[in-house]
Amino acid sequence: MTGAASRRYRMMTERVAFGIIRLLAGLVVITLGGIVLFLIYQGARAVNWSFLTEAPRDAMTKGGIFPAIIGTFYLTIGSSLIALPLGVASAIYLSEYAREGWLLKLIRLGIQNWAGVPSVVFGLYGLALFVVFLGFGVSILAGSLTLGFLILPTVIGASEEAFRQVPSTFREASLALGATKFQTICRVVLPSALPGVLTGSILGIGRAAGETAPIMFTAATFYTKHLPTSPLDQVMALPYHIYVLATSGTHIDQTRPLQYGTVLVLISLVLGINIFAIIIRTRMRRKKTW
Amino acid sequence: MTLTMGEGDVQMSTLSAGGNHASESTTRGVELKVQEGISKYFFLAAASTSLLVMALIMIFLFREGLAIFGKVNAVSFFFGKAWYPTYDPPEFGILALIVGSVSVTLFSSLVAIPLGVGTALYLSVLAGPTVREYVKAAVELLASLPSVVLGFLGMVVIAPTMQELLDIPTGLNIVSASIVLAIMAIPTITSISEDALYAVPRDNLEASYALGATRWETMSRILVPGALSGIGTAVILGMSRAMGETMVVLMVAGGAAQIPSSLFDSVRPMPASIAAEMGEAPFGGEHYHALFAIGIVLFLMTLVFNLVATYISTRFQQKGASTL
Repeated sequence: MTGAASRRYRMMTERVAFGIIRLLAGLVVITLGGIVLFLIYQGARAVNWSFLTEAPRDAMTKGGIFPAIIGTFYLTIGSSLIALPLGVASAIYLSEYAREGWLLKLIRLGIQNWAGVPSVVFGLYGLALFVVFLGFGVSILAGSLTLGFLILPTVIGASEEAFRQVPSTFREASLALGATKFQTICRVVLPSALPGVLTGSILGIGRAAGETAPIMFTAATFYTKHLPTSPLDQVMALPYHIYVLATSGTHIDQTRPLQYGTVLVLISLVLGINIFAIIIRTRMRRKKTW
Repeated sequence: MTLTMGEGDVQMSTLSAGGNHASESTTRGVELKVQEGISKYFFLAAASTSLLVMALIMIFLFREGLAIFGKVNAVSFFFGKAWYPTYDPPEFGILALIVGSVSVTLFSSLVAIPLGVGTALYLSVLAGPTVREYVKAAVELLASLPSVVLGFLGMVVIAPTMQELLDIPTGLNIVSASIVLAIMAIPTITSISEDALYAVPRDNLEASYALGATRWETMSRILVPGALSGIGTAVILGMSRAMGETMVVLMVAGGAAQIPSSLFDSVRPMPASIAAEMGEAPFGGEHYHALFAIGIVLFLMTLVFNLVATYISTRFQQKGASTL
């Protein structure tokens, strides 16, 4: 009898505990779902063709967000142009050339911690180095460099991981066939690691598109009617536009629909980029034959 | 070693080629050798540039920030309760800002730890393969939501709701900022904890089942203890992320540079102060240097969090069943 009772008690404990765990996980999923659905619902009422293609009017209380879309586009492309080539090449050196040892360990530790540096610190760095010291001013160039270096550790980390997952037998086979090390890297290692490199890079780009703090003092401007004509121009950007409209306008409540619209455009862009990366990774996992 | 294999290959092809082909083959061999040398230095240069950038971050941060200590003494900077950078004379005491950061970080981790670890447990024990795929993707997407969007939601949804429900003077306070920060920290905690749970050897779990333990008993006494160091790492990294997050605290924490006496008081965490004031601080002035000095404090605090996380994860790494 007591055995059966204790058994019942134990099963009941299990049911309660698992119920709580399910509840916690459910809360997390519902939070994300709720956030996304709420933003789509609110944003859809503000987004239309002219919202996407026009400049703001009447002290930013009417009109669209075209300059901010263009600004974010330039900053994202600019930061990718900096972070991707530099990041992938660095990762190749670290995984294919550098000798294992304490120095490499230290470098890896550095890169890992670099990825954890708060984004506002990158903003300070960009301000001190690019805007002031190198004299780029508040500009697309300064902002792209700042964002590029912000995502660089992500790109290096993901790429190195992808390179290291390529079996060493692939390299040995290539070298045994008479290929040089460079040929092996270009034609064997890089293609095999490409999906992993791409996933990491795209996730980094998604992050760059949505960051606000690093561009506040390095690239973004409150309002400009003109589209940028040179890399040394200031730009409007989607994340900064949201911040400005929501906190420092004189008509905060009046512009609420514009704020929701801008948020919807930004999350469509960022989530779109991330879903793309997830799809690439899922496909790659299915196709992977080693 | 692989490099010498490459050179050997060039010599062999030179030897084996006869007659006219000899010179052609040699040229090709030299080309490859040059390519080989150049490419190595190209990759080395890229890696060095990356490391240089990393070093420059610290150099510029410290160069601009340490300048404040020529004018304000370190004790009154760190322990001064008054942050009035634009008064005449200005006061640069950042204690209230540090307390602000610490309070939102701690309170957000109280919210994020159960949710984050609970989700990880759900994923690793209870979820079926298909549900697992989708929940994991959802968590990952939660991680990618831009912080300004979450800050915006905190401002327009959470803060007003809280203000009305609880009838308090402002909804922009520690609790609402912490809730939003928790949403940001959950994905970090979940994905790293899940990896740690996954790394616990299956043998241990099966041994527990074989002794008649229920799934819950196995989970609570074998799985979680076995993954504890990984879960610890996850929590610390999540807290580090919350502490360094700027837009959320800038928009939702209320911005009052005071030492809070209740959870419903407004605070001004360090990143918020930097972001809000840098635009107005005259370049090269005391205020400018003070904000960089706050940047140093923030940098060092998150660095300590990250180093502790790395230390725990390497020190207590599970190396197969034998170490249990």
